[in-house]
Amino acid sequence: MAGAPEDRPISPHLSIWRWHATMASSIFHRLSGMALYAATIGLALWLMAVAAGPEAYAPVAALLASPLGQAGLYFIVAAFAFHFANGVRHLVFDTGAGLNPSDAETTAWFAILFAVAAPLGLWALLNLGGWR
Amino acid sequence: MSEGSMRSALGRVRHHGAGGGTEHFVGQRVSAIALMFLAPWFLLSTALTMNAPSYRAAIDFVTSPVNAVGLILLIVAALYHMRLGMQAIVEDYIHKAAAKVLLLLLNTLVPIALGAGAIFAVLLVNFGV
Repeated sequence: MAGAPEDRPISPHLSIWRWHATMASSIFHRLSGMALYAATIGLALWLMAVAAGPEAYAPVAALLASPLGQAGLYFIVAAFAFHFANGVRHLVFDTGAGLNPSDAETTAWFAILFAVAAPLGLWALLNLGGWR
Repeated sequence: MSEGSMRSALGRVRHHGAGGGTEHFVGQRVSAIALMFLAPWFLLSTALTMNAPSYRAAIDFVTSPVNAVGLILLIVAALYHMRLGMQAIVEDYIHKAAAKVLLLLLNTLVPIALGAGAIFAVLLVNFGV
């Protein structure tokens, strides 16, 4: 803080706190939101590439089919799954429910586990479930 | 403000807040509720119906009327929601006035440009030239 005496106690910053699920879920919500910002830009560009015709779409198709593109899609699903589950958690918080520490901790863990399980489940459905 | 001012306490503080906080809060929640349905629909229906990321599969997806309407709704809700979220991030972490104004400007113009382009793309694929 500008002008404050140097020996004055300052507010503890991120590095001082023990990590816990509620703190992680808060940080992941912003990170996944930023990732989904990029993914939504990608969705808009994808639609424009489809409209631009087969020649323009060819490199997009190649990118999406490549290992990099497939990994990207997997992480988009993971980021979305987290942002979705944690977003529902926040909508519940908005009603005043679930704000006590133990409920907040449990639901934060649920959002984190959902973000791990959902993309794995979708991947298994597509690759092992005979969907295609 | 002198002690003898005729202005009321309410008159002095009015219009000096950050502005638009309630609209931001409500808009973020309304778009979140729309996206709770639109985004899983899009992810699951593309993942389960498109066999490969081919041009043909993409055209087939976008030319279904339900998918076309769903895509336009998704694009509008997602661009609006992400703009609000990024606005909060910029306001929280970027404190240099020039950088903040530039990023907030980009955060407004880029989603509008992408929205116009993406909606036009969906209409073009469906109605041709």
